[in-house]
Amino acid sequence: MSEQDITAAVPAADESSRVEQVSSTTKRAGLLSGAAGRNLGLVIALVAICAFGVITAGERFASIDNLLTILRLAAVLGVISIGMTFVITGGGIDLSVGSVIGLASVWASTLATQTMAQNSHWIVMVGCALLVGVGAGLVNGVLIAYGKVVAFIATLAMLVAARGLAEIIANRQTQVVKVQAFLDFFRDDFLGIPMLVWIFVVVAVVGWVVLNRTTFGRRTIAVGGNPEAARLAGIKVKRHTMYLYALCGLTAGIGGLMMLGRTTAGSSTNGQFYELDAIAAVVVGGTLLIGGRGTIVGTVLGVLIFTTLTNVFTQNNLSISAQNIAKGVIIVVAVLLQQRIAERSRAGT
Amino acid sequence: MVNEDPPLLQMRGIVKQFPGARALDGVDLEIRAGEVHCLLGQNGAGKSTLIKVLAGAHQPTEGEILVDGQPVTITHPVAGLKLGIATMYQELDVVDGLSVAENIYLGHELATGGFSQRRAATANTRALLTRLGHGDMSPHREVGRLSAAGKQIVSMARALSHDARVIVMDEPSAVLDAEEVTNLFRVVRELTASGVAVVYISHRLDEIRQIGDRITVLKDGRTVATGLPVAQTPTAELIKLMTGRNVEFAIPPRDTIAPDAATILKVDGLALRGAFSDVSFEVRAGEVVGLAGLVGSGRTEILETVFGARKATAGTVQVSGKKLRAGSVSDAVTAGIGLCPEERKSQGLILDEPVYRNITLSTFARNANASFLDEGAERAVAREQIQALDVRPSDPDRSARTLSGGNQQKVLLARWLVHGCRVLLLDEPTRGVDVGARAEIYGLIADLAAQGAAVVVVSSDIPEVIGLADRVLVISEGRVVHDGPASGIDEHRVLDLVMEGSAA
Repeated sequence: MSEQDITAAVPAADESSRVEQVSSTTKRAGLLSGAAGRNLGLVIALVAICAFGVITAGERFASIDNLLTILRLAAVLGVISIGMTFVITGGGIDLSVGSVIGLASVWASTLATQTMAQNSHWIVMVGCALLVGVGAGLVNGVLIAYGKVVAFIATLAMLVAARGLAEIIANRQTQVVKVQAFLDFFRDDFLGIPMLVWIFVVVAVVGWVVLNRTTFGRRTIAVGGNPEAARLAGIKVKRHTMYLYALCGLTAGIGGLMMLGRTTAGSSTNGQFYELDAIAAVVVGGTLLIGGRGTIVGTVLGVLIFTTLTNVFTQNNLSISAQNIAKGVIIVVAVLLQQRIAERSRAGT
Repeated sequence: MVNEDPPLLQMRGIVKQFPGARALDGVDLEIRAGEVHCLLGQNGAGKSTLIKVLAGAHQPTEGEILVDGQPVTITHPVAGLKLGIATMYQELDVVDGLSVAENIYLGHELATGGFSQRRAATANTRALLTRLGHGDMSPHREVGRLSAAGKQIVSMARALSHDARVIVMDEPSAVLDAEEVTNLFRVVRELTASGVAVVYISHRLDEIRQIGDRITVLKDGRTVATGLPVAQTPTAELIKLMTGRNVEFAIPPRDTIAPDAATILKVDGLALRGAFSDVSFEVRAGEVVGLAGLVGSGRTEILETVFGARKATAGTVQVSGKKLRAGSVSDAVTAGIGLCPEERKSQGLILDEPVYRNITLSTFARNANASFLDEGAERAVAREQIQALDVRPSDPDRSARTLSGGNQQKVLLARWLVHGCRVLLLDEPTRGVDVGARAEIYGLIADLAAQGAAVVVVSSDIPEVIGLADRVLVISEGRVVHDGPASGIDEHRVLDLVMEGSAA
């Protein structure tokens, strides 16, 4: 009884209070069974990677400059991973985000867009990229929700098509950004921290609030957890599914802008393979691939783990190939752990 | 006829306990060689679980199984096959992309040193098919291109390829037309003539009359009668065994509804192609209307179509005079209709979400301020309902998965109570619910009606429908064959109507 009282007294089911509840009902499952327990595991992994970095690369790794480099690199992946968290929690998948980053970055940096931006305001480029992202997301969403195309296939088609469209628009050339005000904004620092990192922080915080504190988030979890039950409870499952892909497209549009700011050029090759990194970060973070449970904090940690790992490996002059092997191992280990924990908590209840 | 040999297969006192539910609670079954033993029971009586125990897919919690008088344990499906027990599941478990022969020898391929002996497999397949009277079917034919009846033959041949002595057939006629059923019976007779025992499961009593030798009736996970000879057991008795629960005492008496009570739900000429047609009825405030009929008569489809979960091909649904858009659940919910679906776990609940979120699944947006959830208010609302409905355990943060069937049903009812429904559609509200919780659910339904809700109840349990309802609609083959006050009809009359309907 006292356990029930304790959990009842916790004001909201955020990730930390859920742990208490789960661990109180499934004592055997222990600390790692809850969301915060899982996050703790991710923090330990991140700390271990950092320790490895300090030991092997010393000052080169443990410097403010390098930290900012890591964060700057994490920012683009982080933003699209937030969008991906929503889609996966809602029971879907979006393979097209990498290509949509490319398309958005190209479309926002065409001569026409840049001229328009120069004549009016650089925000035109921002609007263009966001529209491209949301548009591509809506196409995905309509196909999946109303056209009943399997998400894997619909977004795979978008992956190929968006990349192709980006190539046609850019004519396979790199489009250098000449709108100085745009570059000034995205390459600026605020309180000593790069703007790209701020954008990531804002998107992550907004994402956390939306997923955990709003009706949109609750619908996302319901649609991913049991679409039929959600539908029969009166939730507009199709419409919500469409929104989820539009949201993911929006984050890809933001990612495209960030990429433009970071590389100062629009290119049809921007964002290649980002969809895979994003899915990996989300899953490693603890979001269930079958939907119904998602964690923004986990996703952020997953992104940081992958980015820091890349950085440590690069500092040690290890090849991209070696990095990829390590990434693969991490994904498998994380998913195996996730399954064990899920099984244990189910058996314990 | 006295049989001195030990029976081919015996099950004694089988109990199967699942977390939160006792699916089997003392089942006895005795199968003799060469007989067709029919297994009868309502949905949720435990037939499926029993088959799975027999096939080795589930382990019994208690009880023993004997083959030829020797106790055995069937640890997994392959062990069951080795003992000569083969199961043909309702969802035919054939692989569409493989040939007939490949399907038959799936899992026990004829091979020498890893090389498949296709010629031997083909020859054996031909022999098996001939034995089943289908020598004309090519062993090389792709199974995906066969009809349901053809796939059934493949499934049966597979059972024989394991030298099965007992073949369990789970509703084999459900997917067949009349001619195919005749053919199935011919095959079954040939099998039994060669000494194979067939455990035959069907809802259709007329079929059991035709093909069965003896009958075992299950109810609420128990054997209520076993070894009844088909020829000497009247249908009425079977029905009584299957459904005859003394529910009257559990159903609280209700006041008669006011004659001037307003019509809340009006269904007019509703139809769904392939399921039912021309269904019209009205439900007034405080009235409970029961839909009686056999499984597959279209009862569930009618409820789901009224709710908009299926899109009507004709007809209209009105709530308090306002016409609803066909095929729109959110329209129906907004108008104040709630559905408690038959499949609670797959259609009703989000199992890994806490109870309170399941209770507020259709109302969380109402408690929210400008899209921001108020989980405190949600918990308070949920706690109120948990107390009122006596949901146990009472912790609103427990995941819905951990609740028993009866408590899960209460959570679904709570959802619509919070929503403030004027029309409540209940599909098999007491299926898989133990007796105690059943009485509580009856009480809740009566309370709801007393508060002015219009209630529609579907149940396989005919006394339950008659006991709960003010008015009973009898559904047969997708048509309303009777509409009248519950006081003017009894169980036998309902069954007569149902059977007349299906004979027509």
